[in-house]
Amino acid sequence: MTSPSTNISSMPPGPVIKSKLSRDDIIMRSGMIVIALYLVVTLAFPLYAMLSKSFSTYRFELSQYEMQVSDQDGVFDGAILNPVDLNVATGAYSDADLSAGSDSRLPVTQLFPDFSFRSPVMYQIRNAQPGGRFLVGSTLHDDAEWTTLDSNSFRRVQLRPVKSTGFDNFVNYFSTPALFNSIKNSLFIAVLSTVVTVTLAFWFAYALNRSCMRFKGVFRLIAMAPILVPSLLPGIALVYLFGNQGMLKELLFGASIYGPIGIVIGSVFFTFPHAFLIISTALAISDARLYEAASSLRATPWRTFWTVTIPGARYGLISASFVVFNLVITDFGLPKVIGGQFNVLAVDIYKQVIGQQNFEMGAVVSVVLIIPAIFAFALDRYVQSKQVAALSARSVPYQPNPNPKMDRIFLVYSSLVGLFIVGILAVCQFAALIKFWPYDLSLSLNNYQFDKMDGGGWGSYYNSIKLGLITAVVGTAVIFFGAYLVEKSKGFRVGRSLFQMIAMLPMAIPGMVLGLAYIFFFNNPSNPLNVIYGTMAILVISAVTHFYTVSHLTAVTALKQMDREFESVSASLKQPTLKLFSRVTVPVCMPAVLDISIYLFVNAMTTVSAVVFLYSPKTSLASIAVLNMDDAGDIAPAAAMGMMIFYTNAAARILHLIASKGILRRTQAWRAR
Amino acid sequence: MKLNVSKITSLLAGVVFATSVAAETELTVYTAVEAEDLARYAATFNETNPDIKINWVRDSTGIITAKLLAERDNPQADVVWGLAATSLLLLKSEGMLEGYSPMGVEKLDAKFVDGDNPPAWVGMDAWVASVCYNTVEAEKAGLTPPTSWQDLTDPQYAGHLIMPNPNSSGTGFLDVSSWLQIFGEEGGWEYMDALHNNIARYTHSGSKPCKLAAAGEIPIGISFAFRGAKSKAAGAPLEIIVPSEGVGWDMEATAIVAGTANLEAAQKLVDFTVTLGANEMYNTGYAVVAYPGVAKPVEHFPEGLLDKMIDNDFEFAANNRAAILKEWQSRYDGKSDPK
Repeated sequence: MTSPSTNISSMPPGPVIKSKLSRDDIIMRSGMIVIALYLVVTLAFPLYAMLSKSFSTYRFELSQYEMQVSDQDGVFDGAILNPVDLNVATGAYSDADLSAGSDSRLPVTQLFPDFSFRSPVMYQIRNAQPGGRFLVGSTLHDDAEWTTLDSNSFRRVQLRPVKSTGFDNFVNYFSTPALFNSIKNSLFIAVLSTVVTVTLAFWFAYALNRSCMRFKGVFRLIAMAPILVPSLLPGIALVYLFGNQGMLKELLFGASIYGPIGIVIGSVFFTFPHAFLIISTALAISDARLYEAASSLRATPWRTFWTVTIPGARYGLISASFVVFNLVITDFGLPKVIGGQFNVLAVDIYKQVIGQQNFEMGAVVSVVLIIPAIFAFALDRYVQSKQVAALSARSVPYQPNPNPKMDRIFLVYSSLVGLFIVGILAVCQFAALIKFWPYDLSLSLNNYQFDKMDGGGWGSYYNSIKLGLITAVVGTAVIFFGAYLVEKSKGFRVGRSLFQMIAMLPMAIPGMVLGLAYIFFFNNPSNPLNVIYGTMAILVISAVTHFYTVSHLTAVTALKQMDREFESVSASLKQPTLKLFSRVTVPVCMPAVLDISIYLFVNAMTTVSAVVFLYSPKTSLASIAVLNMDDAGDIAPAAAMGMMIFYTNAAARILHLIASKGILRRTQAWRAR
Repeated sequence: MKLNVSKITSLLAGVVFATSVAAETELTVYTAVEAEDLARYAATFNETNPDIKINWVRDSTGIITAKLLAERDNPQADVVWGLAATSLLLLKSEGMLEGYSPMGVEKLDAKFVDGDNPPAWVGMDAWVASVCYNTVEAEKAGLTPPTSWQDLTDPQYAGHLIMPNPNSSGTGFLDVSSWLQIFGEEGGWEYMDALHNNIARYTHSGSKPCKLAAAGEIPIGISFAFRGAKSKAAGAPLEIIVPSEGVGWDMEATAIVAGTANLEAAQKLVDFTVTLGANEMYNTGYAVVAYPGVAKPVEHFPEGLLDKMIDNDFEFAANNRAAILKEWQSRYDGKSDPK
């Protein structure tokens, strides 16, 4: 080590060796940059636009105006009054009173203690500075001319606020109990739903993986069914079950379904498959040797459960908890349908934006909603990074042994959960076919005459299918290609890890927040991308971006299974990478490609939150129609449309299955040698 | 913005088929009129004006208003046909409306026309608040039918009453603004305090309370008369009650958007909207229209509704809207569900 010949420091520094970029590398890198740019434009920029909107405030600037008061004979003496001084003298408005919304108005008579609308005194008002605006009645005055008014008309003067920047919106938010109480409510239902769902899903997954009960295949199918419907559909079923005319109303003992109870039951329904999938994966892999060791140490089943099973599944449990928490806290459809007076953050955004056209406050609530969502997301990533391989090469897969008593208990339990899921769907289908619940129980197809209701009619259903198909095709292409580039290109490490990070971000951003951010970004007339606003394109972009992360992860996992040797071999054969990509990589990864496309299709069909701010009358969607018909009180047609989404997604799943079988037989023959 | 695309396409088409589509003008018309009525409205208009094509952009009142306000600096609409007068007043106060006195406007009921000259908007028809009362469910709950707004604060109705949230529903707002006008500012809030104790929950939309009452989900829904008449015609056991103190109302109205490139065609459309024929057309859905003497009774519509319509001060409603909603929210929103 110390021999002089190896002393590097004494040698002159050589030239930095820089590998030359081949044409191929350039193509791959520019492809990656293009997709990264896509994510920046469809995610980072809109979020920035939203953030800046939340700091955009409105204030009444009294210094912008000048006023004059005449004597009893209507003669002005020329003394110009400054409203700021008048306000100080009278104390009419506090500082908080002067902070406003975009639509606020401020009457001025309170600045004059002697004001009486019957007096003969005349008033004059003008804008002293450009940008000042006031109304007389509904007529806007934004010039510097004096406007002369008698006392009675002076009552009709209303000052308009001007735009400024600051924290006023946030101050306003946290000083309005009706608004910030929603934080508590949202956290409450999210935590409660998480505990219930994860517990139920754990035992269901346990029954399917660790018992010898019958009908496992059927239960697996049933457990996945809720993923095929919009999250607000269980809410509609709950109205029919437990509403004031509900079939099982007595079971609630007088409590109201409209509120936290309804939200939690519905949330359990729509988050169940997500939790079940994750936990089931965790339970599927386990080492039989640990159980043998436990039984040879004479551990009771109970003790084995807590020392072997639970630790083995802990990452799955934690991951499932975060996913469910995130789904519930960001969901908007369900609390809108069944939440009653129980306000939650996601519905607040909707009420602020659609109900009050208060976009600034909508942006503030969005910022508040992002915080727990990002927090849960970051924790989940952290926990997953800690996970180490539980299954070593020497593991022996665990095989459950028949245990008639336990198997029967599990069968009963799984049947109850299955009944809950099937029951909710069956109630919706039943409600859709009843003529006029509860007064006319005859069957009819009247509720399928969507063209006679609000929500866009059958056109919205076809729009949804169109959106699903385009999203599946475009999304799969973009996402899989992006994942390939980031996974298989050489060098460019900073760029690649940056890309990985951006690709993770969409999962942390609630759909509503993304949608609202798109309004601010794409509806800005000075944005050249403004043309896509109100078209199908913006819906596709929002869906692809919103569901980017899971698809990206699926693609990366599949690509990781392929050795990098393929790239080296193709390079040494002087074949362009894109040829390798289309001739080898895509066929080999076909299962993953198909999974991504069906995932995108189903989610584009069911999402409400990502598109509720973005659809236009020409691009109304089936999921939005469910929401709007329920909103208008047409609950049965809403259920009918919800079930149409269910059948479509189920059919798509079956088609997907058949297609996969066919394609896989051709492309995956190499797997079975 | 797709409008631009369609404009370009139509422009291109126009270049190609210059001879065949010589004089056709296209108007972009924003509306909140029920979807099922739009085709009929356009067809009736085209009977007299075949050379003007209407491109509808339809959504609910709140969304259309938000859309128009958002497009303030770059308006896409030529005409607004069928939007709440309170919303049009908001647009007027932003200087977004082009005043125009349509031919024959003097024949309309004065309260349906904007006070300015030329008027910024002209009314079409009115929708009027009412109470939908489900007789079957009310009997089950042992309720007596209310006859006035004050009756509804009676403890017997506790938990049996639903109304729209004024923060998201135009109908909810017209109720609140009418109570403030009927009972005075202080009395109005006192009244709503008492009413709040009886309300089971507030809905997002204005038609939902009546539909919920029709479905028996709640015995009493505060909604509007037209909705009640429709549900009653569909066979619901409803009685539509007009409270004796008077009822709030809002009107659908028409206005030209300032800066439109098709002013002449827009004026022709507005001329049409005040004609006798147009008002007869509105009458199929609305019992109260702007042209006096036109209205024929609508089936199941409550009697005496016209006399109970309050002398609505739209300027008060529009100018105090933000303040009223803020006050309402701090008093009633987010409180736990009164059981």
